[in-house]
Amino acid sequence: MANSLRSEVLTLYRNLLHLGREYPKGTDYFRECLKSAFMKNKDVKDPTEIRKLVDQGECVIKELGTLYYLREYRDMKKIYHKRELLSLLNIGRSTD
Amino acid sequence: MSRVLVGVKRVIDYAVKVRVKPDHSGVVTDGVKHSMNPFCEIAVEEAVKLKEKKLFKEVVAVSCGPAQATETIRTALAMGCDRGIHVEVTGKDYESLGPLQVSKIFAALAKKEEASLVILGKQAIDDDCNQTGQMTAALLDWPQGTFASEVEIEGDKVKVVREIDGGLETIKINMPAVVTADLRLNTPRYATLPNIMKAKKKKIANMKPADLGVDIVSRLEVLRVDEPPTRLAGVKVETVDDLVAKLKESGTI
Repeated sequence: MANSLRSEVLTLYRNLLHLGREYPKGTDYFRECLKSAFMKNKDVKDPTEIRKLVDQGECVIKELGTLYYLREYRDMKKIYHKRELLSLLNIGRSTD
Repeated sequence: MSRVLVGVKRVIDYAVKVRVKPDHSGVVTDGVKHSMNPFCEIAVEEAVKLKEKKLFKEVVAVSCGPAQATETIRTALAMGCDRGIHVEVTGKDYESLGPLQVSKIFAALAKKEEASLVILGKQAIDDDCNQTGQMTAALLDWPQGTFASEVEIEGDKVKVVREIDGGLETIKINMPAVVTADLRLNTPRYATLPNIMKAKKKKIANMKPADLGVDIVSRLEVLRVDEPPTRLAGVKVETVDDLVAKLKESGTI
């Protein structure tokens, strides 16, 4: 693997590991999945293939960020916009 | 001018199940996961977005609290703030620190830093006070746009769309002003590792409330903290007649 690609792969691994700290199923579970996913491709030599896999990893980073945001947004909305949710179900409002 | 001040608070993480201390003096915070208040995240995101639109030159993140408050400032820096200010408050002072004291600190800093805009989260998820933004504006005698779901800078004025009970209210206020962020203002970016690394170079200034001439003595005393009453399990009935009988039994009808 070319040196720059190697450092990219390592950076990707580090970034994903950092994101895994908030994973709902637990950091250890995430680390196991991450490790096995990377080890599965450890013998890939073709640079274009590696590039494709790295790009896939970048997509996973974006997905995880979105997952974490949606979780938080949904919980905040439940707590702080209860009135809105109740009105959607037509509960707790006088008819006017 | 052309500077935005953002207040961020370190709170118990929203996903953690909060437990009351056995002596009912407060909640358990030791060893519990803490993170930036969700509404503060939204406030930081808005400030950074305004700077990215070249409407402001600098975004300063401020937090009041013990040493760990710098972690929260670091997150704000990783999200794009330029520098941070840590106002150190520890021990008993921190336990009694509330919106009045924090707003005095923010007002002093807004004047000192010559900020044109102060953006805060609408409320903290630990105390749910919803007071700091309003008090800060009052102390500064600045206009306020609270519960903002949309913020637009128009020259030297700010157009704020507010989430209110009946729907949405649009107001236009002069700068300098205070804005508090509501849930739908924006989608906060996640602070990824590369951004956190880059943020390590950014400066966090350290100061005490006394340096700003602020008295943080609290006029409030927490007497007791209790858990909410446990909800009783519901009862299932087989038929409508059973339901009517149960309602009669409980004296509801």
